Amino acid sequence: MSDVLLAEIATVAPSGRAHVLRRFLRHRLALLGVIVIAFLGFVAASAPWLAPYDPDEIAIAQRYSPPLSEGRLLGADDLGRDVETRLMYAGRISLSVGISAMLVTLVVGFAVGAFAAYLGGWIDTLLMRLTDVMLCFPSVFLLLFVAAFVTPSLSTIALMIGLTCWMEIARIVHAQILALKSADFIAAARMAGAPAWRIVLRQILPNTLAPILVAATLNTANAILLESYISFLGYGIQPPQASWGNMLTNAQSDFQVDPWLAVFPGLAITLAVASFNFIGDGLRDALDPRVRD
Amino acid sequence: MTALLDVRNLSVAFGGTLAVDGVSFGLAEKETLGLVGESGCGKSTTALALMGLLHGARVEGVARFGAQDLLGLDERRMRRARGAKIAMIFQDPGTALHPLIRVGEQVADVMRAHLGISAAEARGRALDLFRKVGIAAPEQRLRAYPHELSGGMCQRVMIAAAIACSPRLLLADEPTTALDVTVQAQILELIREVSGAAGMAVILITHDLGVVAGMADRVAVMYAGRIVETAATDRLFASPAHPYSQGLLGSVPKLDAGWEEELATIPGSVQGASHEGGCRFAPRCPLAGDICRRDPPLEEIADGHFVACWKAA
Amino acid sequence: MTRYVLSRLGQSLLLLVGVSIIGFGLMHLAPGGPFAIYTLNPTVTAQDIERVKHQFGLDQPVYVQYAKWAFGLATGQWGYSFFGGRPVSSIVLERLPATFELMGSSLALALIIGVAIGVIAAVRRNSWIDYTTTTAAMIALSLPTFWFGLLAIYLFAQTLGWLPAGGIASTGGGGLMDRLQHLLLPMLVLAFVIVAQWSRYTRSAMLDILDQDFMRTARAKGLRPARVLVGYGLRAALVPLVTLAGLQLPLLVGGALVTETVFSWPGMGLLFVNALGTRDYPVLMAILMVGALVVVLGNLLADILAALIDPRIKLGHV
Repeated sequence: MSDVLLAEIATVAPSGRAHVLRRFLRHRLALLGVIVIAFLGFVAASAPWLAPYDPDEIAIAQRYSPPLSEGRLLGADDLGRDVETRLMYAGRISLSVGISAMLVTLVVGFAVGAFAAYLGGWIDTLLMRLTDVMLCFPSVFLLLFVAAFVTPSLSTIALMIGLTCWMEIARIVHAQILALKSADFIAAARMAGAPAWRIVLRQILPNTLAPILVAATLNTANAILLESYISFLGYGIQPPQASWGNMLTNAQSDFQVDPWLAVFPGLAITLAVASFNFIGDGLRDALDPRVRD
Repeated sequence: MTALLDVRNLSVAFGGTLAVDGVSFGLAEKETLGLVGESGCGKSTTALALMGLLHGARVEGVARFGAQDLLGLDERRMRRARGAKIAMIFQDPGTALHPLIRVGEQVADVMRAHLGISAAEARGRALDLFRKVGIAAPEQRLRAYPHELSGGMCQRVMIAAAIACSPRLLLADEPTTALDVTVQAQILELIREVSGAAGMAVILITHDLGVVAGMADRVAVMYAGRIVETAATDRLFASPAHPYSQGLLGSVPKLDAGWEEELATIPGSVQGASHEGGCRFAPRCPLAGDICRRDPPLEEIADGHFVACWKAA
Repeated sequence: MTRYVLSRLGQSLLLLVGVSIIGFGLMHLAPGGPFAIYTLNPTVTAQDIERVKHQFGLDQPVYVQYAKWAFGLATGQWGYSFFGGRPVSSIVLERLPATFELMGSSLALALIIGVAIGVIAAVRRNSWIDYTTTTAAMIALSLPTFWFGLLAIYLFAQTLGWLPAGGIASTGGGGLMDRLQHLLLPMLVLAFVIVAQWSRYTRSAMLDILDQDFMRTARAKGLRPARVLVGYGLRAALVPLVTLAGLQLPLLVGGALVTETVFSWPGMGLLFVNALGTRDYPVLMAILMVGALVVVLGNLLADILAALIDPRIKLGHV
């Protein structure tokens, strides 16, 4: 009896994966975002094979060559290194940092929010107060402060960004779990005799997924922006390794000589961030139970 | 009595769905018309169409109000009429009032919009209106926020705002449905009082026959977007001609019925909007026959008593 | 109302205590250790360090260290800069006006434009105006502010020469016109992202409100469209927007840092970045704390404002 009831209850609970997918697909900008990210991801992943040059290959004679000259699509930088190549390799770095940072925020945020909501009491208060306090610090300040005395590498940067941006996810998870704890269909499942773990897996997880997914995509966008900024300042990815951010470090002076050098990395960042934002937006609309149109 | 409002063939369509289909009725000065029907039959939509408050709907027909056709007015003229010549009160006074504006101001602003009076003058008149609608301690209540007032008091505020500019016609959309039973009677009594004193005609929209019995001079019964019967109240209650009206009246639980008597219901449910033609009530009608495949027109079967049914006596 | 203000004030104080604890913890992470901050003597010798260690340092329990540090923080004794030896409080506080000038003007401009765009987009829902502004907003807030700033400098300062490339005023001080010219570009760049965000928030808030019953009542009363939209609609939207403004503060402060860096605007942000280069921890910590303080105070202000607009808040109804 309980299994049948549980199955029925599961269908009554807000869900419907095919339905959500359909609504997402209707969001043209979100689709565009997916395509762009897929493209960027593909290019980044296959950089070692696709790139025309070596990213560290210096050719002083061709410094500052503008795009479409010397056989280079996007020109060469201040040391004669190929911009297109470096852009691709930088994509690998920036995208990986963005996604890894997002994963850190997910893990930390979910842990904090879930423990707080599930355990309740003083642990709940303590953890949520911690979240509130962390939210008082502007992330850029915090990030730079920590970056100043940590030797920067891809993993440390991703970790740092993650540790400064988990709070929003913690709040979302906390609110979701609290709401679900008292939701009708959970009560019904409990009355039908379902064990706690099954409730968590079958009922709680699918329903917390939606806003978390949205927050995760938006967090990735934010992480890419943060990495680019600290790398621009010199506290992130260290040269000669390329990231879209540190390719802009000398942009101010480069403008005098070759403005194009400053344009492409910034465009790449904007493209990636905008795509993740569009995807997040599309997901939010698709997963919103209150359909408006 | 001259007709204050003459509605002919009002139709409202949302996309492909016809919510109101060829509704016609008349309303005399100072008359109270009860518009009765179950949820979704189109009675609220009819009222909103008359007020020009529907968004994204295709409205057709004529609604002669005085010298103008309400449905043909441009937005600016319609706005001048709203609140001033024709007013509407809504079902849930708690949400119909703005939560962040003091109630006195919410009554004053309709007067300032239409009567061109000063803020101080409007406040004074609002105070009088509060007294007229029976709000105790009106001076303090003027400065109250809606959440500080009970449901009944909020509805009184709504009524005050509605009658502030002495409109000729008041549309009351389920004014008591969201209120406690004891308060319902008070509010209905209030509506009767103010409309009588001001010589205002009222269209009272409700699904509750009890409300209509004490208040309306005439009743129009709506089903699935059409009027199926119109008659003077006494006559409708005494001898309903349409099977639906009969069903409605029959399903009201009677105090003197025995314990064993089952509650009468009308079998089936309102059919969906897509409908092939013919009488809409036919699927649920005990009298349905082949002729009912054709749409019955609204016909006068006795003085002032109209029915849309082939099988009516 | 007083009770509400007091309770929020209390919560803010608690937050500040939490902030100081985190700050204290961060300080211990910094190499050079916590006693680096305790250096009250500008000229630090090895002997001095030993003495300071002894006086304030590791032989005392952590909470005493914390108490002393927090007390110093609260009373404006923020130590001395590692480079130059000036008291940190002077260095930081003298930069505060410039940052507020930038943040304040950007916020004011951005709010007006952002809210206006949001309202229009909501009222003309699903029209081409709505689609274009929403998409433009999304792209705008995906732009890295520092890059956008660099492009702006390149275009308006270097190429067109309309506006100065940085700084708060021309050397030797300038008049009002000169200062406005210097403010314009950084203000617009910082405001750009804020406009984008606020247009979306306002649109979203207004969409929720336009569907509400009280809007229908306002229309049924025949009120003028402007009054309905602003007096009824926007008024209801103000509360979530004000609260949001408070929550947005950290991003605003962070954005100011980025903008100051690019435009060499002599505010706290630029000071922070410069201090990073020299690992001047007392200055860095002080600015971090000030930044958090601004956020906490801003949120407090926003909450009080919201309670003034919506009387239900202090009753715990909403």
